[in-house]
Amino acid sequence: MVGLEHYLTVAAALFVIGIFGIFLNRKNIIIILMSIELMLLAVNINLVAFSSFLGDLVGQVFTMFILTVAAAEAAIGLAILVCFFRNRGTIDVEDVNVMKG
Amino acid sequence: MGIADITFYAFAITLLGAGFLVTIARNPVHSVLWLILSFISAAGMFVLLGAEFMAMLLIIVYVGAVAVLFLFVVMMLDVDFAALKGEMARYFPVGAIVGLVLLMQMGLLFGTWQEAEAARDLRQAPTPDLAEAHNTKALGMILYDQYFLAFQVAGLILLVAMVGAIVLTLRHRKDIKRQDVVAQMHRDPAKAMELKDVKPGQGLG
Repeated sequence: MVGLEHYLTVAAALFVIGIFGIFLNRKNIIIILMSIELMLLAVNINLVAFSSFLGDLVGQVFTMFILTVAAAEAAIGLAILVCFFRNRGTIDVEDVNVMKG
Repeated sequence: MGIADITFYAFAITLLGAGFLVTIARNPVHSVLWLILSFISAAGMFVLLGAEFMAMLLIIVYVGAVAVLFLFVVMMLDVDFAALKGEMARYFPVGAIVGLVLLMQMGLLFGTWQEAEAARDLRQAPTPDLAEAHNTKALGMILYDQYFLAFQVAGLILLVAMVGAIVLTLRHRKDIKRQDVVAQMHRDPAKAMELKDVKPGQGLG
């Protein structure tokens, strides 16, 4: 019988895969953004699993808000990426030091 | 093991496998395609959990909008992806160690976690019986009622993101010819054209 723990395990593993992807693709910001999407998806799975097993719909409502934020974040992130590529001709994030921060 | 359990394990394995391939794929276009597969598997898990509306939303928003956006950017930018992949092996051990530590910490949490006795009394919006309202209807009932303000703010976030993305990527090019509507409308045909009587064999000089 598949219970709440099974879903939480899958979500935890997916979250770790997202973090692993950020470490692995230090230079390619497109894959970093995709890894962030995977991490948000893991959070969504957690919320929906709790919502389903506790019988509380609020979890699904908040999944919707996370979905909104994820879509906005992807749009802005990719717009900044296109802008950066136009100016620098590369998407290597390791030499982003224009602002000398 | 029932059919629902087998379906769960199939979706879970596909989800994790596709998620892992997103991070290690050599070609970013393949990464996006694996990302789409992982979103679809997650949608399948949502259906198993009885959250059909979220499953369909996941497919429409993530596969239909976000993944296609990624695909557009990957294909439109002329990036030398091979050069960016070079140092992947160097970061592999660090990433693996951090991932294992995190996974271990989450495992420790799971070992001690248990549901509180009073948890079920603290529910904000108990799921109505399926005969009373299906998932989409029940979700709409509380989204447009209890969470109306948050819903409007979510719409505002999307609007700001849209305006921001347009402002960031809009480029006003100066080296091309454009239509000037006001100048066009204020042209006077009488002044625009000049008729000259050219005598034979002389030209306008």
